[in-house]
Amino acid sequence: MYVAVKGGEQAILNSHKLIAEERRGDTAVPELTLAQIKEQMQLAVDRVMTEGSLYDRDLAALAIKQAQGDLMEAIFLLRAYRTTLTRFGESEPIDTAEMAVRRRISAAYKDLPGGQVLGPSYDYTHRLLDFALAAEEGVGAPEAEAAEAGVEEHIPRVTDILNHEGLIEEELAFDDGEGGEAPVADLTREPMSFPAGRDLRLQNLARGDEGFLLALGYSTQRGYGRNHPFAGEIRLGEVAVEFVPEELGFAIELGEITVTECQMINQFAGSAERPPQFTRGYGLSFGHCERKTMAMALVDRALRARELDETVEYPAQDEEFVLYHSDNVEASGFVQHLKLPHYVDFQSELQLIRSLRKRHDEDHREAAE
Amino acid sequence: MDAAPESSATQAEGQPDPAQAARRRWMSVLAKARLAELESAWDGLAEKPAYDWLRQPEIGMVMVRARTGGTGGRFNLGQMTVTRCALRLADDAAGVGLGYVQGRSKRHAELAAVFDALLQDAARQAPLEDSVIAPLEAAQAARRAERSRKANATKVNFFTMVRGEND
Amino acid sequence: MALASSLTAPAGGIDAADLKPGLADPVHDAQHIFRGLLTALAHPGRAVTLPGGIEGPLPLDPATAAAALTLLDYDTPLWVDWIADTPPLRAYLKFHCGCPIVARSQDAAFGLVSDPENMPRLALFAQGLDQYPDRSATLLVQLPDLEDGHAVTLTGPGIRESAEIRPAGLPDWFWNDWRLNAAQFPLGVDIFFTCGRTVIGLPRSIQAEA
Repeated sequence: MYVAVKGGEQAILNSHKLIAEERRGDTAVPELTLAQIKEQMQLAVDRVMTEGSLYDRDLAALAIKQAQGDLMEAIFLLRAYRTTLTRFGESEPIDTAEMAVRRRISAAYKDLPGGQVLGPSYDYTHRLLDFALAAEEGVGAPEAEAAEAGVEEHIPRVTDILNHEGLIEEELAFDDGEGGEAPVADLTREPMSFPAGRDLRLQNLARGDEGFLLALGYSTQRGYGRNHPFAGEIRLGEVAVEFVPEELGFAIELGEITVTECQMINQFAGSAERPPQFTRGYGLSFGHCERKTMAMALVDRALRARELDETVEYPAQDEEFVLYHSDNVEASGFVQHLKLPHYVDFQSELQLIRSLRKRHDEDHREAAE
Repeated sequence: MDAAPESSATQAEGQPDPAQAARRRWMSVLAKARLAELESAWDGLAEKPAYDWLRQPEIGMVMVRARTGGTGGRFNLGQMTVTRCALRLADDAAGVGLGYVQGRSKRHAELAAVFDALLQDAARQAPLEDSVIAPLEAAQAARRAERSRKANATKVNFFTMVRGEND
Repeated sequence: MALASSLTAPAGGIDAADLKPGLADPVHDAQHIFRGLLTALAHPGRAVTLPGGIEGPLPLDPATAAAALTLLDYDTPLWVDWIADTPPLRAYLKFHCGCPIVARSQDAAFGLVSDPENMPRLALFAQGLDQYPDRSATLLVQLPDLEDGHAVTLTGPGIRESAEIRPAGLPDWFWNDWRLNAAQFPLGVDIFFTCGRTVIGLPRSIQAEA
């Protein structure tokens, strides 16, 4: 129960000013610009766009600056801003097979068509703090090596390669029975309902908190799940976003976005209806968020327990547990609401405890006599 | 990215309409251009056309959709900011110019729409294709190619160790 | 609504040759019109004049067009009666509102009636659900006149004692259907009567004696 509290206006206004001063920090130090955040903190921007569920680098950079680097606060800001924008519609589904690939690896196959392209990844760094980055004069303009030719134009998916032998389940589009595709759930429009379809789950996981999903994904590997996963393929690059404006009637490209895609391949022994085959988990994010997409793919696979006739025993397989707690804006809101005044509630609890205590003490005195 | 990616809309109608394909192509180039490039293309126009708004530039968003596993059922990934507008050239020589561009730049949408209107005019199309669209497209292809070459330099060359001398 | 996302892309674009303009200042004009519509519902029976300068395609009066531009959007399926359902009207709504147009009145969030004598019975529109009474339809009923018909006395929330309206052009069964509609409260439909630039609101909470 919340209490309406008066008298805070001046304190609040002063609190705003204090934030502004602390956000700025030492004025002898140059102020942080959005361009600096956008260019030099790209991975923070990518996470904020993915969980904020809005692809706009400038807005994400602004949110990060405003939140003083608190990424969950920045995500909250971006989500709030989204609600002020008009919806023009939905894009055509992006085609990751047509991606302008900048990184592409597979842990399942060594020599695969398209090869292993390491791209810009911290995976191969030594994780030693690099004090060269602390130098006063800065790093200058480091330049990468360029090969003679570019990466191959069309790099086939590992899952499509495996498909030829029929050993991996196919992901097929849902037919609505009338030559079109089934409607797509949108949790920003309709409340979630259970059991949740795969489209709803993936939308939820894509916006879900990376830490939460990482822990759940980890739990599936530590035995709180049945999967023995392989990273079939992870790719990073740009895809075009196409849209059919009502007034035009055909699809046009609006621009390009960077996405990270992860296909996890899992064992499946088979069931009454299905032969033994590999099953899949899918992860997708805006920008470069590999850890997120890998965790997402592990959790996606765990949540498919029901449809694959596996016993639901572990938290990562529990649809309601996962999907209701994955959103860090919601979670943060409810946890942090505890800071709101609960004065009256507390006073009444205090009274109750005092009277219970008094009775308890009296009972003990009597017993002692 | 391919010059004219396949669209389910054209496939459904059978033969892709060449006029439509051309318009798709230049609209894509205009959307992906940088604002500075469009401004200088605009400055480079001998006659700056006058135009009236049908829809003033408006910022909104489009829900980006993807497919499960890349090939399966659709799902909503998240939204993307988009700016759109519609205008008519004052001399009404062509149809409606549409700007539909990623991001929040009203000016970008405006310039994309103006060029879209101009390019629909048969008389102006060929010269504008040469002076505006082709250079923009080439610049985009060059940027993409450079990123790709740098990525390719990180491609692993698995090789077997050769022992002994080759003489 | 699920319906909007299940519609496939249109086969062709729209003919923008005679497209009428929308709101000159979309944000402020829409707020101004919305305020007028809210007032009409808050004071049922009161004739509210909506801002001028809005010209929609035939047969829409300025008030009807204004209400459409303000209330309809990508998420509100619309049912249109056959008289109003013309290519220019569809083009106008597609372009300015982006609303899906549905064939069945039951599937609509809004109904646009330009030929009231032949309009569907009120029960043929969405009535709302017990859990979600707001998922009912709102009707925009354009009338030939708001002052020339038989007197109807309105009572209920928002009206001090009673209010009298004289809408012309409604079918004979209308006020009987309205009685049935009111009996279903909190479910039922809400109506805006429009004529010229004027709108009169009739929310489902109101009783009417014809």
